[in-house]
Amino acid sequence: MSDQEKIDKTRRNLVMATSIVGGAASVGAAVPFVASMWPSERAKAAGAPVEVDISRLAPGELGVFEWRGKPVWVMKRTKEMLEAIKQADSKVSDPQSKVKQQPDYATNEFRSAKPDLMVLVGVCTHLGCSPKEKDADAKAEMGPDWPGGFYCPCHGSKFDFAGRVFKGSPAPTNLEVPPYEFLSDSTLVIGEDKQQKKGA
Amino acid sequence: MSARLAALWNWFDSRMPTVAQQWRIHASEYYAPKNFNFWYFFGSLALLVLVIQIVSGIFLTMNYKPDASLAFGSVEYIMRDVSGGWVLRYIHSTGASAFFVVVYLHMFRGMLYGSHKQPRELVWIFGVLIYLTLMGEAFFGYLLPWGQMSYWGAQVIVNLFGTVPFIGPDLALWIRGDYVVGDATLNRFFALHVIAFPLVLLGLVVAHLLALHDVGSNNPDGVEIKKYKDANGRPLDGVPFHPYYTVKDLMGSVVFLAVFCFIMFFVPEVGGYFLEYNNFIPADPLQTPPHIAPVWYFTPYYSVLRAVPPLFHSQFPGVLAMGIAVLILFFLPWLDRSPVKSIRYRGTLYKSALAIFVVVFVILGYLGTEPTTVWGQFGFDAFFLDTKDVATWVARVCTIAYFLFFFLMPWYTARDRVKPVPDRVTA
Repeated sequence: MSDQEKIDKTRRNLVMATSIVGGAASVGAAVPFVASMWPSERAKAAGAPVEVDISRLAPGELGVFEWRGKPVWVMKRTKEMLEAIKQADSKVSDPQSKVKQQPDYATNEFRSAKPDLMVLVGVCTHLGCSPKEKDADAKAEMGPDWPGGFYCPCHGSKFDFAGRVFKGSPAPTNLEVPPYEFLSDSTLVIGEDKQQKKGA
Repeated sequence: MSARLAALWNWFDSRMPTVAQQWRIHASEYYAPKNFNFWYFFGSLALLVLVIQIVSGIFLTMNYKPDASLAFGSVEYIMRDVSGGWVLRYIHSTGASAFFVVVYLHMFRGMLYGSHKQPRELVWIFGVLIYLTLMGEAFFGYLLPWGQMSYWGAQVIVNLFGTVPFIGPDLALWIRGDYVVGDATLNRFFALHVIAFPLVLLGLVVAHLLALHDVGSNNPDGVEIKKYKDANGRPLDGVPFHPYYTVKDLMGSVVFLAVFCFIMFFVPEVGGYFLEYNNFIPADPLQTPPHIAPVWYFTPYYSVLRAVPPLFHSQFPGVLAMGIAVLILFFLPWLDRSPVKSIRYRGTLYKSALAIFVVVFVILGYLGTEPTTVWGQFGFDAFFLDTKDVATWVARVCTIAYFLFFFLMPWYTARDRVKPVPDRVTA
């Protein structure tokens, strides 16, 4: 057994080569298994843009629409709310929206294409819960200097009515603004915009 | 008749002697230290719970439907219309929590008596792997009832993977199989829960036991019983596992099952700790429950996650801290530099550190079940107060203490003033 000279080098090399090829084949065989866990074609199709009718939203009323299974918030903000957003500049971590959480047309004071119309993905940027609306009347619960906005029940992140995160929240960034465009004054398309089409 | 039976056995034994041989190696001639105490019940109890979970799980799958539109209803169907279905489900839900109770106590036993130390490092490592697999198994299983807490809990945990730099969002998408937690996610979690992870778990349990039986069991004195053997090569301080410890463990399992049955029949929800109230509401992707908390066995780590503030606009540091808090257990055998194993002969340093660790772990666990506002807010303002929630700050202090227990361990265990260890077991 221990006799070195008796090792048949040719056979050994063949065994090695076979093992290497076999190993490569097993890695290749893993591809369909891993691939089967990506979203299916049906799931991809279901992620298409959605059209919503915003004509019936009263000022200050929160409309919740579903896009890719996520809640999208649409609200016609009142003058008081817009004023409260301006006042909150010093209390939020990213008042200028420097972190890219919105399309270019929403990189402004109110994080929206039209100043009064708020469109936000209602999913906390911390770990994906859906925050609750807490208007300026919720001071008893949210503290005396609460300007109104959203509160995430999971880990306590706070956002204003522009979706900007308040300092001290576990959420690292402002709420995401989805791509959107207007078909008319009363119809909004969520999930698609001119910028995207131009780029594509 | 008995002669016939003996003949039958001989027929079998001469054809497959492995069975009798393995029985001797692992039971009738496996010598375990004679001084096992209360803490040594939990290993065998964990095995018992594993069997309970597998059996009750098999019968639950006969009526459960892993489909987002049917899952919640099928669980209610099991509870209301399937004969004995409610018993099966409560066995399985109580068993899930019971599993973690016994596993946590079993791990704590290891830390008390130095069972992780040389030569049992592999036993410990297989144990930590079992613990990790169990966490995955419990997480996948919790999605299946498709209640609000199932849904939002899964959402939070999958998004933890989404925070990994660069590959995170794709990784989360791949785990979910859709842009949100949905039918695809439920279906694959079902597959992982009922077959993939149980298989891994069983393999690891076998490895854990084989590794243990190769080196032999530790004991409350932390001395090696193999040092002193009689003329037949049997440890002087050992007794055969069967019948001595099979009978002892049988008695332990009777007490355990009594407690188990009490919970199962009278308080299966355990005040929202074993079964959360929100999970009796069907999953709704557009409506987050007012308060989300994982089941109690994950809450210490969940507290660590919440305690770490975001850095560089990323929540990944918190996720990393949580991951390290679990994975650091692997390194325990090498962090512990004490010359003695058992707490009985350790000095004040380790005893205090372990006591603080237990307190900190329990506080973190409690805080993880509550919203961060549970202890109110500080009445004053200071530049370093990024949040005024008292509970968050307590969790931060506890998180630091948790890590110091491990990171300072090489220092304090080496400096500890240990007592002389007896040659043989004392009881």
